[in-house]
Amino acid sequence: MTSPLNSAEFRQDFAIIAGWMTFGGKVLDLGCGDGSLLQFLRQSLEVRGYGVEKDDANCLAAMGNGVNVIQMDLEAGLSGFEARSFDVVILSQTLQAMRNTEGIVQEMLRVGREAIVTFPNFGYWRHRMQLIAGQMPVSEELPYQWYDTPNVHLCTIKDFDEFCVNHHIQVLERRVITNGEAVHRLPNLLGSLAMYRIRRD
Amino acid sequence: MSESTSVGIVAPKIAHFSEPLALKSGEILPQYDLVYETYGTLNAERSNAVMICHALSGHHHVAGKYSEDDKYPGWWDNLIGPGRPLDTNKFFVIGLNNLGGCHGSSGPATLNPATGKPWGAAFPVVTVEDWVNSQARLADYLGITQLAAVIGGSLGGMQALQWTLAYPERVRHALVIASAPNLTAQNMAFNEVARQAIITDPEFYGGDYYAQGVVPRRGLRIARMLGHITYLSDDAMGAKFGRKLRDGKIKYGFDVEFEMESYLRYQGDKFAGEFDANTYLRMTRALDYFDPALPFGGDLSAALAGVKAKFLVVSFTSDWRFSPARSREIVKALLDNELSVSYAEVTAAHGHDAFLMPDPHYHAILRTYLGTVLSAADDAARSVADTGVAS
Repeated sequence: MTSPLNSAEFRQDFAIIAGWMTFGGKVLDLGCGDGSLLQFLRQSLEVRGYGVEKDDANCLAAMGNGVNVIQMDLEAGLSGFEARSFDVVILSQTLQAMRNTEGIVQEMLRVGREAIVTFPNFGYWRHRMQLIAGQMPVSEELPYQWYDTPNVHLCTIKDFDEFCVNHHIQVLERRVITNGEAVHRLPNLLGSLAMYRIRRD
Repeated sequence: MSESTSVGIVAPKIAHFSEPLALKSGEILPQYDLVYETYGTLNAERSNAVMICHALSGHHHVAGKYSEDDKYPGWWDNLIGPGRPLDTNKFFVIGLNNLGGCHGSSGPATLNPATGKPWGAAFPVVTVEDWVNSQARLADYLGITQLAAVIGGSLGGMQALQWTLAYPERVRHALVIASAPNLTAQNMAFNEVARQAIITDPEFYGGDYYAQGVVPRRGLRIARMLGHITYLSDDAMGAKFGRKLRDGKIKYGFDVEFEMESYLRYQGDKFAGEFDANTYLRMTRALDYFDPALPFGGDLSAALAGVKAKFLVVSFTSDWRFSPARSREIVKALLDNELSVSYAEVTAAHGHDAFLMPDPHYHAILRTYLGTVLSAADDAARSVADTGVAS
């Protein structure tokens, strides 16, 4: 799905992901959108990879960007991919729109030696303020109204930490950013985008 | 988007091959002709050639018309031409009629040079592998060492895949559309019914009907009617005909009453008047026999280990004869070998026939993918291939 973030933050997001990659690594980008992340990783790190995308227009855009894209619905799982066949499997800002959230994370950890999951932090203070004011949060990170949002499984950083513990997932690294800047203090309150590098325990 | 037009008036050519061709069956074809057409211009580097492999009833006349008054253009005209997805301003496109065909290449209805009579039943059973070997010779004949791409739908897609297996150094891209790595039992079963319709026609004469001055029209007609049912989806037939009656009322008889019957009979009659029954038998057998994974215990990934080409695989959601699941098998085997592949599953109502239709999204995919062929990156890949350096 397309990123709701502005370009400055987008690049920060990419830069952190690139920092977690090895040169020439093999990567699978789930919900790759127009393939710009893969294109960036290929240009910067000569990463080899494939994108997975459901949407027709995005598939076409990714193909136009010279990215290998496989059209399929992530909800059906990753049965077309062998176990441990990728160095890294990325799910960039798509987790919150998945119905089978547990399933896709487990599939990512089957197919990849490591996984990178990024999601908008629902615990971000601006979101909390909107809820206190009595309305569902609408922001740059969550640009939808409650009735038209594709986001069915929003979570906070605290929620995802707990999810990892309960599912025997090891968090190798976690980065939290707001407006492209790293957040070190009170991340669940001050962070708008959470980025996790994880693997099986 | 630039203006798109037809390639205009075209003419077929014939290439004669006097070097014998060893066939998969063990038989040898001592000499043969291949009829072909080309569109666009071969560039100085001879690097822009694209071969179109035809399906069961196809042939070399892929695009353009033979005269201004020609009623119908070639069978994939909507794809090929200046500004079209396969742009003849950029590519040199080759269409040919496969061996065993009935549109000018050596086949059962052509004269056997050894006897001076039509080959008939004596024409060998040819396979996808044999076709690709003969196509490679046609490429040699045209002075082309490496094809920019091989494109095929259905049985044509099998040939595109076979090219990458048999000649990994000679093809940079394979576009495998509405195809499969082999046929399922159900799919082969349709072929068997079609063949039985032909073979049991009293005018088949064991395949040597030419001498009798007849053709097994009835069998061929039924074979085609059956085929047409499987090329369309239930929804497409429903939308096109539904339960519509031709004359608005039921007549309690067995002549044409429903529109669907009228359509099938028309298609069957038209086909029986222009296609050769012996060719139909051979085309369906080529479909049945294609199974590159067989020598590898059914492991398609192992079969594709030596492949180097980049792939675009396309399927159509309502195609039940060559279902998306079968295309995904090809994709998986390519992924297992870390080959370059993109896969599009096009939402289309027309069943297997969708691969010949100008659906805007489908054509946008082909246009976009073909836009990457002959790009700078593709050129780099070519120079690596040319110098024989492993990538």
